[in-house]
Amino acid sequence: MEEKKKRMAIIASKGTLDMAYPPLILASTAIAMDCEVGIFFTLYGVDIVTKKKYGSLKVAPIANPAMPSPVPFPNILGVLPGMTPMATMMMKGMIKKINWPSIPELLHVCLESGVKMTACTPTLEMTGMSKADLVEGVEVAGAAEFLDFALDANVNLFV
Amino acid sequence: MDKAKANMSIDLKGMSCPMPVLKTKKALDSLTAGQVLFVEATDKGSKADIPAMLNRTGNELLESEENGNVFTFLIKKVK
Repeated sequence: MEEKKKRMAIIASKGTLDMAYPPLILASTAIAMDCEVGIFFTLYGVDIVTKKKYGSLKVAPIANPAMPSPVPFPNILGVLPGMTPMATMMMKGMIKKINWPSIPELLHVCLESGVKMTACTPTLEMTGMSKADLVEGVEVAGAAEFLDFALDANVNLFV
Repeated sequence: MDKAKANMSIDLKGMSCPMPVLKTKKALDSLTAGQVLFVEATDKGSKADIPAMLNRTGNELLESEENGNVFTFLIKKVK
């Protein structure tokens, strides 16, 4: 008899470029390790699976003291116009340097390898979106459906 | 390490985590049980990551080496 597969359940709640990576990296790796994986996208996390947004996620320097910069500057300057695009460009440069796939590339690797992806229905209602706005292959459901999957998971993460 | 034993070789130099693990697994999936895969990677995490993936997926690490900044692995597909 085949051993029951290990399972990982992740909640992705953030929609910034930096915070989109951890759930997708862990999901794709867990699939490579023969696990079953589900990601539940909620609140801003839904941006990671939204067609119009997932290719242009951003990272904000404001209130992020860990954000590296070429010249040291006070964090408050992050409110200035142009700072978020600049920080995003810098982060994309760092990502490129280490040959990481882009978010859309990584998302499609996950979907093709069988990661179950679900977007939270209240978030969609809140933002006036429907399943048609999401990347193909992403399902919609609520908290109970996620918990039904997560209650049998070996690893549960909130990102 | 005898690369000639391998049925397939993949060069994953320059790739960062998680790509070496994903590509190694994908290559293993394309082989049949008993075949051997040769992998080269430069990601420092791959030294621990590839054996961890093999352990979980029931495949066998025959040999591994570290030459300068290149990690090489000879892997037997078990299932």
